[in-house]
Amino acid sequence: MPEVQHGPTMAIRIQDAVVKYGFIAVTVILFVFFAATEPAFATSQSMFSMLKFASVTAILGLGVTFTMVVGGLDLSIGSTAGLAVQLAAMTMVFYNLTGITAVVAVLLGGLGVGLLNAFLIVVCKIPDLLATLGVMFVIQGAKLIPVSGQSVSSGMVLRDGSVAPGSFTSDFLKIDRGSVGPVPLPVVIMLLLVIVSWFVLSRTTLGRLMYAVGANPEAARLAGVRVGLYRGLAYVISALFASVGGLILVSRIGQGDVNAGSSSLLEAVAVALVGTSVLGLAKPNAWGTLLGALLVGIVLTGLTMKGFQYYHQDTAKGLVLIVALLFSFTISRRKVRYTPAT
Amino acid sequence: MSPNPPEPSGTPATEPTDPDGQLPPVLELKDITMSFGSNEVLKGVTVGLHAGRVTALLGANGAGKSTLIKVLSGVYPSHGGEVVVAGVSATIDSPMTAARHGVQTVHQRIDESIVPGLTVAENLVFEEVVRGEVPRVRSLRKLLPRAREIATTLGLDWSDAVLTKDVFELGIADSQMLLLARALSQRPRVLVLDEPTSTLSASEAERLFALVRRLCEEGVAVLYVTHRLSEVRELAADLVVLRDGRIRSSQHAPFDMPAAVRSMLGDSVVDSGHDLVEQRGTDVALSLRGVQLMKRAEPIDVDLRYGEVTGVVGLIGAGKSELARGIFGADRFLAGEVTLDGKPYRPRHTQDAVANGVYLVPEDRAAEAMLPGWSLTWTATLPFLRGVSRLGVLARRKEQEVGQAVLSDFGIVATSADQPVDSLSGGNQQKVVVGRWMHAGPRVLLLDEPFRGVDIGARGDISRRARDLAAAGACVVVMSSDVEEIREIADRILVMVEGELALDAYTTEIDNDAIVTSMSEVA
Repeated sequence: MPEVQHGPTMAIRIQDAVVKYGFIAVTVILFVFFAATEPAFATSQSMFSMLKFASVTAILGLGVTFTMVVGGLDLSIGSTAGLAVQLAAMTMVFYNLTGITAVVAVLLGGLGVGLLNAFLIVVCKIPDLLATLGVMFVIQGAKLIPVSGQSVSSGMVLRDGSVAPGSFTSDFLKIDRGSVGPVPLPVVIMLLLVIVSWFVLSRTTLGRLMYAVGANPEAARLAGVRVGLYRGLAYVISALFASVGGLILVSRIGQGDVNAGSSSLLEAVAVALVGTSVLGLAKPNAWGTLLGALLVGIVLTGLTMKGFQYYHQDTAKGLVLIVALLFSFTISRRKVRYTPAT
Repeated sequence: MSPNPPEPSGTPATEPTDPDGQLPPVLELKDITMSFGSNEVLKGVTVGLHAGRVTALLGANGAGKSTLIKVLSGVYPSHGGEVVVAGVSATIDSPMTAARHGVQTVHQRIDESIVPGLTVAENLVFEEVVRGEVPRVRSLRKLLPRAREIATTLGLDWSDAVLTKDVFELGIADSQMLLLARALSQRPRVLVLDEPTSTLSASEAERLFALVRRLCEEGVAVLYVTHRLSEVRELAADLVVLRDGRIRSSQHAPFDMPAAVRSMLGDSVVDSGHDLVEQRGTDVALSLRGVQLMKRAEPIDVDLRYGEVTGVVGLIGAGKSELARGIFGADRFLAGEVTLDGKPYRPRHTQDAVANGVYLVPEDRAAEAMLPGWSLTWTATLPFLRGVSRLGVLARRKEQEVGQAVLSDFGIVATSADQPVDSLSGGNQQKVVVGRWMHAGPRVLLLDEPFRGVDIGARGDISRRARDLAAAGACVVVMSSDVEEIREIADRILVMVEGELALDAYTTEIDNDAIVTSMSEVA
């Protein structure tokens, strides 16, 4: 059969351009719109506070990105972040230990959750959505037991009637309040993690193998890839990222709020999904997730300045997600390769 | 045995005459045609099924067997031709009408016919529930007598404890029996069994055979679809062979099995004078001892040698893939020991095999080798990322070099090494998958059906490469169900039948008739 090579038609070229740059264009247009209509919007102060608030979502979203790369999804990140909040608070308030100890305790807790998820998914072969759903509930409930359902704050009265000996250390509080030059520390942490994630996913053998597992686990296995190992690793990474997000969160609120983190799950999943549509890559990627978090941040900050109330926020986030998905599922000619494992 | 001339295609199918010359067939398919779009799958099939006789239906993959069964069971209503039941033309346009005309089918996939989450009893009376003969809302206890009745028609002595179990607690064999019992409870005139023994053990299969014989004595006409010739010999009175949408051969017992296999495989078994320069290896690469490939098979011993291409030929389900996957560590052998270069070789994972230089090109390219959207370079380097990286960081230039080398070494038609493999033609896709392993210099290369969906040019290329590789000292093993393909590529031929070795000979010392005869040999 003779093969005739046609150049892409104009329509297809426009379509590809829309898919590739459309999402970034939407972000820029919104930014310009808010900057032009709200004088307070484009100031460095409001920009940094917007980035600061986007950082927790972005970091959790990066964790989700790893699990989406291996063809899964981690639903336990919100409660893992919540666990981090409480572990940090308990370490400092109940046991009067240093901020560094609290950070170590939080990361160990996250590692534990990640290993539990990996065990359930890889060894016990429970589908990832279900396994992480179960773990989500277990963590949410279990963390309430040692504190009898109370939020942990300094000076609180313990079960035996005594007053909690410790309080949040000042160095721990700096995680959220500190800054490098003019840049808030959470933003620095976020950018570092984005760069590390991008590097791992697109420049290392580890990332390549993870994408292989997500693209076709059987083909990966028959190419000699330890599929279970890389799937498990993605969940460990996801839980560690969620713990870092939790650290920033608890440092921000300054107490062990029992409800902290629980609302982060859907937002993190949403920004990771939004991220798949950036640059028409049609696959989960680190920069895309960051852009997703920024777009959500821009929209929320802009709308707040325009006088919209907090109860409009979820609607706005949902619309952002749907518009992003339109780019990757409806307009794109490339098949979207987000296929959750069953 | 004289070499058979190829059958001219387009010969009208011949109707098997009743050897006893007494009865007209219970059910007759007349000139059945069926197309999917422009793809004509059945091109005029005429078969008669006789009361009290088992008619075996043989055919290679894609011959049209499943389509024929689906026409017969009412899944495909829009076929051409006529179905005649007891001398009267019948319309079978749904599973319901098929049942009304006395046709019951036990499909191959048990899990598609069993209703999970229901009890054994509920599954047994399921047909009647569907037809509304049994009220939908009814306690399990009230279903039990009818369920027990159905089970006992098959001689299944199932207690109430068994009947009230969840159906998934039944083993595969009992599930198979359940489906049979369910079919028989409808008192069929015609029973269609689609590869009923493919998952059964020997004793379980014996149970099934006994039952089929009993049904025949009771006057049921059975259409028995199988790949196992031993079962044909054991059960069938008539044998029809389907190939490319037509009946190519009809026989009555006793059967000429080689002739049947030849009509099943078609023109490909024409003996062409091949110009293969034989290479004989001496050093043993893999030594298999007491390796059991399938549940019902005896263990086999075989040595695979460096410096020659070993061709493993056998019908579908003969155990070829089991052999390849076991050596590659993708599955475990049921029993047995393997040594590689004289040292114990027990791959716990495919990674162990790859580390030992043992590579596999799997049978199903789309499902087992392709990564959607992945470029030629990425696909080629996936098993060998360590070689194109430093301290875990990918070296792009090295990657590109490998991709480019595979592309040019194999003459792959692609715009660049960055082109997604799934956008290439089948032959070029296969060249990528084969090429990535060959580029790495295998010790043992296993090629499972490497020519499936591959054009003739690519087939020649791959075949030549495989022979060059063996000449350079590697151990190359090719699995195929196509005798001609194997003759084209292999120095030594192993014939597998039902998980066991039926023949081991050098290609130049054996002719096609001997291979086909041995493929049709029955243990």
